[in-house]
Amino acid sequence: MLILHCPYCGVDADETDLHAGGQAHLKRKGPDSSDADFEDYLFMRENPKGVHFERWRHVYGCGKWFLAARCTNTLEVFGTYAAQTTAPPKDLLDTISEKRPGWSWGISK
Amino acid sequence: MSNSVSALQGKVATAKVMVRDAGLRGMITLRGDITNTKLKAACAGLTGVDWPAPGQANCVGDKGLAWMSPDEILLLVPYAEVPAALGLVAKALKGQHYLAENVSDARALIQIEGPFAAEVLAKLAPVDLHPANFKPGNFRRTRLGQVAAAFWMRDVDTIDVICFRSVADYTFDLLATSAAAGPVGYF
Repeated sequence: MLILHCPYCGVDADETDLHAGGQAHLKRKGPDSSDADFEDYLFMRENPKGVHFERWRHVYGCGKWFLAARCTNTLEVFGTYAAQTTAPPKDLLDTISEKRPGWSWGISK
Repeated sequence: MSNSVSALQGKVATAKVMVRDAGLRGMITLRGDITNTKLKAACAGLTGVDWPAPGQANCVGDKGLAWMSPDEILLLVPYAEVPAALGLVAKALKGQHYLAENVSDARALIQIEGPFAAEVLAKLAPVDLHPANFKPGNFRRTRLGQVAAAFWMRDVDTIDVICFRSVADYTFDLLATSAAAGPVGYF
């Protein structure tokens, strides 16, 4: 069972209180982009065995979207943070580096 | 004009822990900047209770304030006082960006009262209701069985539950069944 800490209302919400929203930190490609970039934006997603960044919504609670970093292999949760960011916070990245040396993910490649 | 009736029309399930329809209650959803001092002052004037911290509800009698989310407060007043309360909120927040909506008839309020009230809920919600973690004044929005609900603890033996009117029967039966089954004895 996955339990994530909602950074907005401060409760530890059970998976059944939440709604999964797919990969975090997608950068939208607008009308000026190439067809290949637009296709990537629409369809191509990270599917790592290990560190992953995801969007979650506290749907039965405060209703807010937030972001979470977790390991898809062990289900270990590294941390959650507000959705109003374009990249994960530095201290969270440090925590992950400590626990999973040499890790990489789409945004950090 | 039709008469206003609560969804459960006074239904009561009597066991060691009693589950009962708490009747009509005025509820106003307030959304906006909840750090706004004018909003806080208006709410304090209407309810006479302190401003709730995140995850808290302050309720006295029929009046109260509950923290719903970082931009939402639930204002509880007696059913008949809702239009006047909305008028006061509109006056206090004139010219500002906010939303105040009367949701009294969209909801049902159910009260659980008895020696193991917290256990009745703990069987139904994914929430740690251990007495060390969920105390009087605490408020939580979550789900009960298959439906969205919110509840707050008035005192150790009394918990108020709100749910949507359309699922009032389901919620009541769920709570009544849980109460009739007795305590788990884990707490």
